[in-house]
Amino acid sequence: MRHILSLLVENEAGALSRISGLFSARAYNIESLTVAPTNDDSVSRMTIVTVGSDQVVEQITKQVNKLVDVIKVIDLNDMRHIEREILLIKVDSNKIQKELLEPILKEIHGKIIDDSENTFTIELVGNGEKLDNFIQQINTDWIIEVVRSGVSGIALGTSAMKI
Amino acid sequence: MEKLHGADIFVRALADEGVKHLFGYPGGAVLHIYDALYKQTAVEHILVRHEQGAAHAADGYARATGEPGVVLVTSGPGVTNAITGIATAYMDSIPMVVFSGQVPRGVIGNDAFQEVDAVGISRPCVKHNFLVKDVRDLASIIKKAFYIAKTGRPGPVLVDIPKDVTADMCEYDYPAQVNMRSYRPITDGEPSQIKRAIKLILSAKKPIIYTGGGVILGEASEQLTSFTKTLGYPITNTLMGLGAYPAPDKQFIGMLGMHGTYEANMAMHHCDVLIAIGARFDDRVTGDLEQFCPYAKIIHIDIDPASISKNVPVDIPIIGNVKSVLTDMNSQLLTQINKIDSNVISAWWALIEEWQSIDCLKFDRKSDKIKPQYVIETLYELTKGDAYITSDVGQHQMWAAQFYKFNKPRRWINSGGLGTMGFGMPAAMGVKVAFPNESVVCITGEASLVMCIQELSTCLQYNLPIKIVLLNNRYMGMVRQWQEFFYDKRYSHSYMDALPDFIKLAESFGHMGLQADKSSDVRDVLTEGLARTDKLVLMNFVTDQAENVYPMIAAGKGHHEMHLSPEREMA
Repeated sequence: MRHILSLLVENEAGALSRISGLFSARAYNIESLTVAPTNDDSVSRMTIVTVGSDQVVEQITKQVNKLVDVIKVIDLNDMRHIEREILLIKVDSNKIQKELLEPILKEIHGKIIDDSENTFTIELVGNGEKLDNFIQQINTDWIIEVVRSGVSGIALGTSAMKI
Repeated sequence: MEKLHGADIFVRALADEGVKHLFGYPGGAVLHIYDALYKQTAVEHILVRHEQGAAHAADGYARATGEPGVVLVTSGPGVTNAITGIATAYMDSIPMVVFSGQVPRGVIGNDAFQEVDAVGISRPCVKHNFLVKDVRDLASIIKKAFYIAKTGRPGPVLVDIPKDVTADMCEYDYPAQVNMRSYRPITDGEPSQIKRAIKLILSAKKPIIYTGGGVILGEASEQLTSFTKTLGYPITNTLMGLGAYPAPDKQFIGMLGMHGTYEANMAMHHCDVLIAIGARFDDRVTGDLEQFCPYAKIIHIDIDPASISKNVPVDIPIIGNVKSVLTDMNSQLLTQINKIDSNVISAWWALIEEWQSIDCLKFDRKSDKIKPQYVIETLYELTKGDAYITSDVGQHQMWAAQFYKFNKPRRWINSGGLGTMGFGMPAAMGVKVAFPNESVVCITGEASLVMCIQELSTCLQYNLPIKIVLLNNRYMGMVRQWQEFFYDKRYSHSYMDALPDFIKLAESFGHMGLQADKSSDVRDVLTEGLARTDKLVLMNFVTDQAENVYPMIAAGKGHHEMHLSPEREMA
């Protein structure tokens, strides 16, 4: 099953390699990993999407928690949560008609952030499924480049991950 | 406040941490530190002959004393040579702090001479590591390194120090304590879990206590002994746990696992309540997980949450320091002990005694060839079970574990998790540094011994008269055993046909060698060797090449599917 783990880690050099190294050393899956400092610049927030049985994910959580640089770990699957990802996609404007694209984008709150000669660059925010669906709607021949940020996640309601 | 160079801060910090001994080897990146060491007397430096030897010696020191072993190596090959020793300590959760020199900060990443990414290369085999980027962080990082190494589930910590940091100056202030928001080891067990566990323990009909290295690391032998005595239940130890409970006691039914006793493994297979304490359900212990303790409810006490339900799902986990949890349990047991049905437990013991009557460790005592088991049995008798015993890895290690009845914790020092050949002799050296007046014996094989043979030179320089009991069968015995059983006797590259003359070898290093060729030599050679307390004595026992370690559970088999020795199997 797919799980989203949220981590607070010390914003230290090497923290990322400790975590990614742990995943590869113990043969755990990483579907995506995002990391950036928080409002407290000594702390980074990391979101890891992983796939595994409940037993494996429990082991992952424990092993990650054991790393000295990791301050806190939660499995967002254990609570109501929301996940978001940014997609930047560059398409060939000679092959795709803006008039056809715009209504679709309007419906899914995407936008063209760059309209240059021969290309459009589109920005879309949503969960992974929404981004997947959008990419699938576009003919592969029209796509020049796809960039996805990886998932960021947060719990809904009053639950919050703080130190 | 007075300003000091990084190198002086380093030695002051070690002294303030209470470090008495440092195992190391100099090189370019640590020359400032070696200069600072030259000018002080608080910390004694032991110059090894290879960095692997330094790490194993510090490891042996730590296992025997409970204090972190300390290592100093240079950059590049200095630190890569130490990695095997660091990984050995990591697998067995041994507190150790390794300091490595690094090239100056300005050239890090430029493929400088003797540069290696020490933090990166050690990361998978340390509890934590640090790169010191500013001399002002040096003292606090050293403090943290020791704190992390010895608290919680212990382990090695590496501190990588660029050469220019050791030349920089700042005020020295060694922190009195450490407070890390991201590292707070759990100590006490959850009372409600302890209560549930007690209830299950008291209702057991076929209980067994299975304990590992955690009891030794957690200094909980006394509590374990009282727990076991109060309950009257059988107890088995893992390879790492030997000595936590006195082996000569009748409640001790031997080691379990691949080469454990018949009675211990059968009791594991048939038990209804398994009380696992400071053990990690290693594959050499469990055998086939599908067939592991099929009838048992499992209680697991461990300081590391990640050890719980890692290999085997546990019914009642108790996370905490083993000593603290056992202390809580013991006080609760006192008032409830009458709940145990002694008739039921007696019936269980009767079954165990039946298994014991098979005498699974029996070996041929009439042979003129030296049986390795006999050597260890005699060593046990002559040292009265009181020596510090180190070993390497293989058949001799298993025989030592089976035949030396460890009476006290921290007396059995071997590489259990990583299985590092070459560990035994430098580890013995480290133990002897810590306890110069105690008897320290390395039980080894000829293949293991030569892997770190250079440390014989260190033993001479620092007057460390350890005893080496070499069970020399001219084979990598355990490899040979597997080839005999599972590869149709194709002894591929397991025979050592160009061995040195070990007596001359010992003598050339300035030590003494004794030779034993037949069974009747064993007692005399051991007696003579042990009596020479002033000398390192290498005792070369030319043993029966065909001897195998029994019982044996083949890989992928269950506890009840043991091979016994050929004579036993026919019985």
